[in-house]
Amino acid sequence: MQEIVIDILLAAVIVTAAVFRFIIGARPDGGMTRKQKVMLTRILISSAILLVLQLIPAALFARLDEALFPTAGRWLRFALYLADYFIIGYDILRKAVKGILNRQVFDENFLMAVATVGAMALAIYENGDYLEAIAVMLFYQIGEWFQSYAVGKSRRNISDLMDIRPDYANVERDGALEQVDPDEVEIGTVIVVQPGEKVPIDGVIVEGSSSLNTSALTGESLPREADTGDEIISGCINMTGLLKIRTTKEFGESTVSKILDLVENASSRKSRSEDFISKFAKVYTPAVCYSALALAVLPPLVRMLAMGLAAEWGTWVYRALTFLVISCPCALVISIPLSFFAGIGGASQEGVLVKGSNYLEILSQTKTVVFDKTGTLTQGVFEVNGIHHSGMDDAKLIEYAALAESASSHPISKSLQRAYGKTPDRTRVSDIREISGRGVIAAVDGVEVAAGNDKLMEQLHIDYIPCHQAGTVIHMAVGGAYAGHILISDIVKPNAQKAVSALKSAGVEQTVMLTGDGKKVAEQVAGELHIDTVYSELLPADKVAKVEELLQQKSGKAKLAFVGDGINDAPVLSRADIGIAMGAMGSDAAIEAADVVLMDDDPMKIVKAIKISRKCLGIVYQNIVMALGVKAACLILGAVGIANMYLAIFADVGVMVLAVLNAIRCLFVKNL
Amino acid sequence: MKKTYKIEVDCANCANLMEDAARKTAGVQAATVNFMTQKMIVEFGEGQEPQAVMQNVLKACKKVEPDCEIFL
Repeated sequence: MQEIVIDILLAAVIVTAAVFRFIIGARPDGGMTRKQKVMLTRILISSAILLVLQLIPAALFARLDEALFPTAGRWLRFALYLADYFIIGYDILRKAVKGILNRQVFDENFLMAVATVGAMALAIYENGDYLEAIAVMLFYQIGEWFQSYAVGKSRRNISDLMDIRPDYANVERDGALEQVDPDEVEIGTVIVVQPGEKVPIDGVIVEGSSSLNTSALTGESLPREADTGDEIISGCINMTGLLKIRTTKEFGESTVSKILDLVENASSRKSRSEDFISKFAKVYTPAVCYSALALAVLPPLVRMLAMGLAAEWGTWVYRALTFLVISCPCALVISIPLSFFAGIGGASQEGVLVKGSNYLEILSQTKTVVFDKTGTLTQGVFEVNGIHHSGMDDAKLIEYAALAESASSHPISKSLQRAYGKTPDRTRVSDIREISGRGVIAAVDGVEVAAGNDKLMEQLHIDYIPCHQAGTVIHMAVGGAYAGHILISDIVKPNAQKAVSALKSAGVEQTVMLTGDGKKVAEQVAGELHIDTVYSELLPADKVAKVEELLQQKSGKAKLAFVGDGINDAPVLSRADIGIAMGAMGSDAAIEAADVVLMDDDPMKIVKAIKISRKCLGIVYQNIVMALGVKAACLILGAVGIANMYLAIFADVGVMVLAVLNAIRCLFVKNL
Repeated sequence: MKKTYKIEVDCANCANLMEDAARKTAGVQAATVNFMTQKMIVEFGEGQEPQAVMQNVLKACKKVEPDCEIFL
C-alpha cells in the first residue's frame, strides 16, 4: 500500500517539478535563481529514476542472478539505487563532511546525511528497501527547494511593495528634458515632474499645480493638492499637472531615501522572539543528535543485558534515524524573521513605519498609551470654536472682532482674522487702544468696539456672561453694550475620540494625556475623548518625569507607548518603552527620535499600528507553537516506533510550508 | 566604521551561523546579517582595514556555510 502511495507521489513530483522547471523557470520573472534551477533538475531526474526503479519487477533482478553469478542482481540493484541517491543527495553529503572537518558538526545536513546513510546501510544489510533512504533525501530536498523558492519570492515581493525609490529625475538642459540619476541632482536644481511620475527629491514648487497621490507614504488614498510655493516631499506621485520643483535637499537626505533606509534596516534589529529562536536552534540540534544516539544504543543494551531479550539493533537504529529526520529546525528559523519582515512591510504600506522587529514586539505588548495633547489629539492650531450669547449676526460679530484686532499679530487675533476670512479693511478702524493683558478698544465704522477678557469688561463696567467651556474667551462690547463672547480653542482632531475608544477595545488598559496647557482646557479635552488620566500645566522636562513615574507604576511585561508630534518631545519619545511620532511627513526630527513613525497625523493610525503588531506577533507565536508541537509529537511517535521516516519527512516539510504561508499573512493588514 | 555588504544565502539558520562567524572574526566589532534584505552590516574596530577584515569574514562564513556569498 505504502509503495503505491509513494509511486503516485513520485509521479506527482515529476509532473510538478517539470512544470516549475520548464514553464515557470523559463520565464524571466519566474524568480528562480540558477541554483534553484539546478536543484530542480536534480529533483526531476532522480525522482524519474526512482519511479522507473520502483516499477521494475524484482523478478528481473532475480533472473540476472541466474544468468551471471548468484549475487549479480542484488549488486546491480544496489548500484542503480546508489547512483540515484548520489544524484539527489551528493551536496548534502559533501556539506556534512565539510561541516565535520570544520567542527560545525550539528547542522541539518549532518542530520540528513546520517539518517539516509544509515537507512541505506540497513537496506544493504537486509537487501530490502532502498526506496526509503532515497525518498527521504528526495523529499527533504524538495522541502528545502520549496522553502528557498517561497522565501526568496516573498522576500522580493515584499521588497517590491516597499520600493518607493524613484529611478530618475528630469532636469531641463538646453530646452530638452534629460533623465538623470537622482543622486546627481544638486540642491537648488529645478527638476520637472510629469503627471504619473514620482517626485524624486524634496523641494519647493516653483511652477505648476497638481494633486499628489501620497498613498505610498501615508497609506492615505485621498489626493493632496499642491500649488506653486508649496513644499513637496519625495515619494508622492504627481497625478494631474506638470510641476517644476526647486530641490531643497540632496537625494540621500530626501524623505524617500530616509524612509527606505529605515524600513530596509528595520529587520536588522532583532526581536526577542528571533533571539529566542536562534538560541533555541543552537541547543536544539545537538540535543536531538545526542538523544538519537541514546535511542539507538541504550534500549538494545537494556533489552540485552537487563531483560535478556534480543537486542533488535535494526529497529532501534531505524527509530533513531527517524528521530534525526524530524529534528531539522528550519521551519522555525525561517518563519519568524519572515513574519516580522512581512509585518513591517505591510505596516509601511499603511503609512506606519516601524524601525525594527523588536519595536513591533514591544508595540504588541503596549498596555499604557501616553499622549501629548497638542498636535497629537488636537490639531495644534487655534480656531474660533463658538460664539455665545450674541445679539447680532455671528458673522457681524466676527467682523467687528477681526477689525478691532486688526493691528495685532497675536495668535488669537490671527485666528479671528482666519475666521473672518477676508483681509480687514484698516481704513474702517480708528482710535485703536491696546490695553496690555486685557484686550483692545477701537472705533470700527465710528462705533466703539471693545474686545478682550473678563478684566477688560470689568474695567469698562460692562456686565458679561462667563463662558462654561474651556478655551480662550473674548468678550465683545459694541457701542458700550455687551454683545456676547467668542470662544477660541485648539480643536480636537476628528478621529481622536474614535481612536481612544478603539485603543481601549484593542486591549490598551490605560490612556494618559500630558499637556502644558491649563487644567480646565486639559480636563475638558480629556473628558470629551474619555481619556483616563490627565496631567496638565507641565513643562517639557516635567513630561519626562511623568513618563518615568508611569513607567515605574506599570507592571512587569506591560509596555508604555508615548505618542507625540516629534517636534519638541524627543526626550520623552526616547524615554518611553516605545516612542510613536505622528505626522512625520517631512519632519526629520520625528523620524530620528521615534521608534515608530506615523506618516500622517490621523490618530487612528496609532490603533492600526498596535493592531498590526498584535496580528504579527500572534502569527509568530502560532508558528512557534505549531512547529514545536508537531516536532515534539513526531519525536515521541518516532521514538516509540509509530512514526516512520516518511511521516517524519512529511512532518518536517509540511510544517515548514505551513509556517511560511502563515508568515505571509502578516502582510495583509489593510483591513485591521 | 560601519559598512553594508550584499550577501547571498539560502536558509535563515545559515544566515544566523554567518552572523556568528562574522562576529567572531578579528577586527569586527559588531555584525548583523539581515536574511530578508540579504545584507550584512559590519561594524569594524578602530583602525581596522575593512577590505582585509572582510576577506577573513568571508573565509569564516564559507567555513560554516559553503553555499554563502558576500559581495565585497
